[in-house]
Amino acid sequence: MAFKGQIVIDTEHCKGCGVCLAACPMQCLELSKNVNGKGYNYTQTVNDKCIGCASCAMVCPDGVISVYKKQC
Amino acid sequence: MANTDIEARKQELLNQGYTEVYTRTKVLTDAVMHYCPGCGHGTTHRLVAEVIDEMGIQDQVVGVSPVGCSVLAYNYFDVDFQEAAHGRAPALATAIKRLNPDTFVFTYQGDGDLAAIGTAETIHACNRGENITMIFVNNGIYGMTGGQMAPTTLIGMKSATTPYGRRVDLNGYPLRITELISTLPGTYYVTRQSVQTPAAVRKAKAAIRKAFENQKLKKGLSFVEILSNCNSGWKMTPVQANKWMEDNMMPNYPVGDIKVDGKLVDNVDVARLAVDHPLTVMQ
Amino acid sequence: MAKELKLMKGNEAIARAMIASGTDGYFGYPITPQSEVMETLMAEKPWEDTGMVVLQAESEMASINMVYGGAATGKKVATSSSSPGISLMQEGLTYLAGAEIPCLVVNVMRGGPGLGTIQPSQSDYFQSVKGGGHGDYQLYTLAPASVQEMYDFVFDAWDIAFKYRNPVLILSDGAIGQCMEKLYTRDYVPRWTEEERRKNAPWGTWGKPANRPHNIITSLELDSARQEVFNHKLQAKYAEMKEKEVRYEMLNCEDAEYIIVAYGSSSRIAMKAMQMAREKGIKVGLFRLITLFPFPTKQLAEVAKHVKGILCVEMSAGQMIEDVKLATNCGVKTEHFGRFGGIIPTPTEVLEALENKIIK
Repeated sequence: MAFKGQIVIDTEHCKGCGVCLAACPMQCLELSKNVNGKGYNYTQTVNDKCIGCASCAMVCPDGVISVYKKQC
Repeated sequence: MANTDIEARKQELLNQGYTEVYTRTKVLTDAVMHYCPGCGHGTTHRLVAEVIDEMGIQDQVVGVSPVGCSVLAYNYFDVDFQEAAHGRAPALATAIKRLNPDTFVFTYQGDGDLAAIGTAETIHACNRGENITMIFVNNGIYGMTGGQMAPTTLIGMKSATTPYGRRVDLNGYPLRITELISTLPGTYYVTRQSVQTPAAVRKAKAAIRKAFENQKLKKGLSFVEILSNCNSGWKMTPVQANKWMEDNMMPNYPVGDIKVDGKLVDNVDVARLAVDHPLTVMQ
Repeated sequence: MAKELKLMKGNEAIARAMIASGTDGYFGYPITPQSEVMETLMAEKPWEDTGMVVLQAESEMASINMVYGGAATGKKVATSSSSPGISLMQEGLTYLAGAEIPCLVVNVMRGGPGLGTIQPSQSDYFQSVKGGGHGDYQLYTLAPASVQEMYDFVFDAWDIAFKYRNPVLILSDGAIGQCMEKLYTRDYVPRWTEEERRKNAPWGTWGKPANRPHNIITSLELDSARQEVFNHKLQAKYAEMKEKEVRYEMLNCEDAEYIIVAYGSSSRIAMKAMQMAREKGIKVGLFRLITLFPFPTKQLAEVAKHVKGILCVEMSAGQMIEDVKLATNCGVKTEHFGRFGGIIPTPTEVLEALENKIIK
């Protein structure tokens, strides 16, 4: 059974710590070259390999990632 | 993305047949936490808030925040909160719980607060078996005041007041207060967890859940140590700090349950830890 | 306990008044000469009767912070100690004042400085009314002069504490704490019900209902502009206390040429000295302070207009005299007489001091 995942990132509240990048098993995430209102290079998705495992959300200290998934 | 866009996107995904796996709990307020990027305090706050949410006890919780980095914790939890003087949180929590036995009371303290200035209050609240939950965040340093030596700073570890590394002859040994209090009959559940990986976070959350559930049993004090990074104080990136924590903090502070249901866990050798202090070399 | 005539120690009176006044919790640590407060409570076991919680803490620092935690849930919580223990509580007291938490602290004073003696003294006046801890704050300070007042002031303390959201200090001394006198007890005031607690202390932290924002008890403010606004609010509260809550007692002041100003045990000795002076034909009055903060500044100034001299009697090296001189703007000859280190002066010594320092 495979899952397709989607994440929604509250980029304005992301502090760009990068802990989610290290936690993602599918290498879906990177830090943007752009910065948010606080000057942080926020997290963004780079591909559609997300499986909705929520590892990124688990380690996010600021709770800025919401995770969704559906069977495919 | 503005807040309205975020909510619209979430709704769109639900409309497309996605189910929500994770979203920020409403027991956290909308306030942006002041913690440094990547700090374990944020993750630990989240876990405590999620446990309160999942247990449905938001209207029965009173938290006590310390002095230190988490002094402003009361701004982040949407529950009643008291802010204690440095080290005194267990004394406040003792009275809150004894006068309001139907509440769920937790303290949230760092290593300086809980294991240095507040050692007496910690030991005695534990020894009395107060029916409360103590959350202890150990990052081996005084973060708020600029990275000075904490009671839990490792031998050889650099800090603002041990710039050449902590020396035993000068500063004594790192204090394993969690093992220490596990030997007190008043403690019912004592565990050490960490929050640097998804797996560790899940275990830490289960431990916090158990610690809160234990308040219903009224059998004693539940104590959850969370090993955390202090990337600013350690002068590393958050990801490096998490790795350094695994390599250096964990050999000194082994992760896992120490005491469960009032009994010391079989494979935890508290006596060994009394004499074994590996040297840490910090670049 | 209904209204009855009893014989008891001042410290016991404090404990019994706590139970009778509907106090929810007491947290203390043993120290001479006030240990009978907690001993009485533990013997009475009020938890079986009124539901009052009593706990022996590991230190005075812990007990005052237990008061903070318990009182911040909107309950009537008290502690007691003696001078060295009260010194340890100063951090907690400034936090309590800064977080505006009503509570009751009893100081049965002994001689200092340091570990000092275990005998009566009044040398904690400065500590009680001039700060003690850091920051601009005041404790509403009552000075009982009898076992009856030890008892009654506990009831009064709760009214003031919750009216102003401010800690109240009963500043007694080893003589009043240890002496046995008769007293009339009062009818029990039941402990507040849950509804009364919520009505009387809506700011309390007992678990946030869904329909109100979370209550936060703190004395921390990172924005100095907001801290200044808050400090103005505290000062306004203290000003209102000065306006409305001053308590004092005047004896024979109408025709007095000289007055003695004193509080607590010293006022009892001064009363005898006053009687002895009157027998010698010297017109002496007694101005007894009941509240030390707020100080009866206006009332004392009014009396001082008509007298030739003021003798301040206090078991100290001379602390209260500063406020007496401020009240009279140093317009009257004012001298201090006191024994200290645990020595109680005799009425004869007080009369001699009046004659030698003021009248001569």
